[in-house]
Amino acid sequence: MTGELGQLALCLALALSLVQALAGFIGAHEGNLRIMAMSRGAALGSFVFVALAFFTLMYAYITSDFSVLAVAENSHTAKPLIYKISGVWGNHEGSMVLWLLILGAYSAAIAMTQPVGEGENTKLGARALGVQALIAIAFLVFVLLTSDPFLRFYPPPFEGNGLNPLLQDPGLAFHPPMLYLGYVGLSAAFSFAAAALLDSRNDAAWVRAARPFALTAWTALTLGIAAGSWWAYYTLGWGGFWFWDPVENASLMPWLIATALIHSMMATERTGAFKSWTLLLAITAFSFSLIGTFLVRSGVLNSVHAFANDPRRGLFILLILFVAITAPLALFAWKAPKLSPGAPFDVASRETGILINNLLLTASAAIVLTGTLYPLVLDAAEGIKISVGPPYYSATVIPLMAILAVAMPFGPIMLWRRGNLRAALYSLRFAGAAALVVLLAVLAIARPYSTLGVMAGGLGTWLIAGSITDLARRAGSWRRVRHLGAAAFSVALAHAGLGVTAFGVAGTAIWKSEGIEVLSPGKSMAIANYQLRLDSTERVQGPNYVADRASITVFSGGKQITVIHPEKREYPVEQMATSNSSIRTTVISDLYVVLGDPRDGGGWVVRAYVNPLAPFIWIGALIMAMAGFIAIGARIAVRIRSARSQTAAGLTEAAE
Amino acid sequence: MNPKKQRRLAFAITLVLAGGGAAGLAIYALGQNTQFFRSPTDLVEQPVPPPDRVFRIGGLVQTGSVKRDAGLEVRFVVTDGKNSVPVTYSGVLPDLFREGQGVVALGKRSTDGTFAASEVLAKHDEKYMPPEVVDALKRSGHWKEGETPGSL
Repeated sequence: MTGELGQLALCLALALSLVQALAGFIGAHEGNLRIMAMSRGAALGSFVFVALAFFTLMYAYITSDFSVLAVAENSHTAKPLIYKISGVWGNHEGSMVLWLLILGAYSAAIAMTQPVGEGENTKLGARALGVQALIAIAFLVFVLLTSDPFLRFYPPPFEGNGLNPLLQDPGLAFHPPMLYLGYVGLSAAFSFAAAALLDSRNDAAWVRAARPFALTAWTALTLGIAAGSWWAYYTLGWGGFWFWDPVENASLMPWLIATALIHSMMATERTGAFKSWTLLLAITAFSFSLIGTFLVRSGVLNSVHAFANDPRRGLFILLILFVAITAPLALFAWKAPKLSPGAPFDVASRETGILINNLLLTASAAIVLTGTLYPLVLDAAEGIKISVGPPYYSATVIPLMAILAVAMPFGPIMLWRRGNLRAALYSLRFAGAAALVVLLAVLAIARPYSTLGVMAGGLGTWLIAGSITDLARRAGSWRRVRHLGAAAFSVALAHAGLGVTAFGVAGTAIWKSEGIEVLSPGKSMAIANYQLRLDSTERVQGPNYVADRASITVFSGGKQITVIHPEKREYPVEQMATSNSSIRTTVISDLYVVLGDPRDGGGWVVRAYVNPLAPFIWIGALIMAMAGFIAIGARIAVRIRSARSQTAAGLTEAAE
Repeated sequence: MNPKKQRRLAFAITLVLAGGGAAGLAIYALGQNTQFFRSPTDLVEQPVPPPDRVFRIGGLVQTGSVKRDAGLEVRFVVTDGKNSVPVTYSGVLPDLFREGQGVVALGKRSTDGTFAASEVLAKHDEKYMPPEVVDALKRSGHWKEGETPGSL
């Protein structure tokens, strides 16, 4: 029964989305406040029904209702509860319902935060809700026609197929919702951009409305990508954190464009520069989300994310993608003559910094897209199977990022419209000196030499020192730093966070040690300044797996530090095996040990890495996300304060 | 030219230079870093890549061919049913590396005709078969219909 309830809820959500779209567009066109209010009500209702469908599905997973096909295929009674829940989105059908849920949440948030009285901005909000509803309709139809999550299966099996053990991981329970919060959040920026185009008004109003959503999306993407990379680091057993896998690229591209977008939005809102460009970026950012979803979900890529699927789904997403890219671009071309030009600015100004940022980030996204699509195109066109390896990305994206990092500290220090490059250089003299010292120091001690490491070390210092300089300069003196506004802190933290990540990259690029040996019990191997002694291996039984578990004693400088237990697990239900590496971290450095396969004579392959500064990579990402939270929080606080002062003003008026 | 037009021109030139530079960089790097895929039959029938060129091979791990001795090195044979290539690899094999299952290896050709793999990739879960392997098996006529390609 519950399955049918979920299906019904999705159909009702579809009906309400139609109302939301029609009422949004018609209400805005007629200037009718009541019709526009209806659109907002429909958005809230649609969200409630999608949430009902989502929780119905979750209930089916928790109770192991195997009469629902998706549950039978992806769940199992022996699975821990958390993975029954995360199993909801660990497959194509469920992940699309999660997508709908988040899309509905953003629409509801737009409905609740946009102005409701007479005025142009109410129309803008109504049109944005209309566009948002069109996206929801497209995906609801997609789910109902091609990926019904509630499809029944008769007779129900006694036991389910289980979830891919690689996905049974706390890091991965968190990664997809975060990523979707980012992907789908960009739809809100897209909807406001489209609404602004429909209105033929590219002033700052749409940017002001869309910026909190863009910031939320960027923050969530940052966290989602970091979670994915962390998961890959500790589960895949390769000791690396980024593989330039096409699926990783699919999430990196929207992040690059979203980063460009939040910067150009800042300029458009503040000074009116880049008016049309920001519109285009908002459209592009969501298009990249859709491209990412298409690449990942259509099965054209070879990865864990390519869930079992049929080609109709790929075609359908491709169709949505095509419409979502061409329709707003056509609208843009049509309205372009009516749009007002961006405000001018001097060459030496913060806008120029943002321009550099935007050029480098969009160029990087284009390069990543080329590398990701090239093998697909070549295969489709000529049947030649190739793959594009990490060296391609190292040779292209990393130099662009290095140039970006050089320019980054200048942005916040320069003034809007009319800055002074010489003054900025003077302010940054200490940061520059610090960066140079670190660069030379790394150059002197890095053995073997690594260009990436030396550059990342120097630039990381430059970014962090640049952020500190900016804070100090704004405050005037150190004691007053704490009186600075949230905006200054969020910019400084975001830029410094990238610097911290750069340190992590530098550390792993230069001082990474790697060792692999066959150890029989009692034998030791050396790695960096650690000694690893394999004491024993034993067979252990987990809740839904059996494992070979090694006990390895770690010594450093002759002293025993700890005993670690890397495992090799086998999941009988899924007929899968995974390696569970052991990571002993001191934050400054990770000791990473993987248990390989057994060899003749009772030995086991043991692979160990020492990754100095590796945790900094994710700490940096967390700092960047924190910057995002501060920026969002500050905006919400401003809203609440202005709402309060408005009510207060209203009250005094009424009293008089 | 008035200053406004001048600024627009400068902007356009920057854009074109930046775009062109990025495109040039991308094309150059693509030329340097694409890894071709060869099935065992391709290696017999087509010109062999030069010894220093990294490329990928794929097929099934021949049943009974995996030799692990006491040391690190593992030897196995990759086959597409028609031809086969001996492969050597030192390292930790992926968890789902099994005899009779699909595998893709990245590496170079050694002088003795074996393939020295620097990386071995197996599937991510039990349903998955790398598309290159499916393709190689189809071309050699050893693909069993009824197995679901691509989905996977």
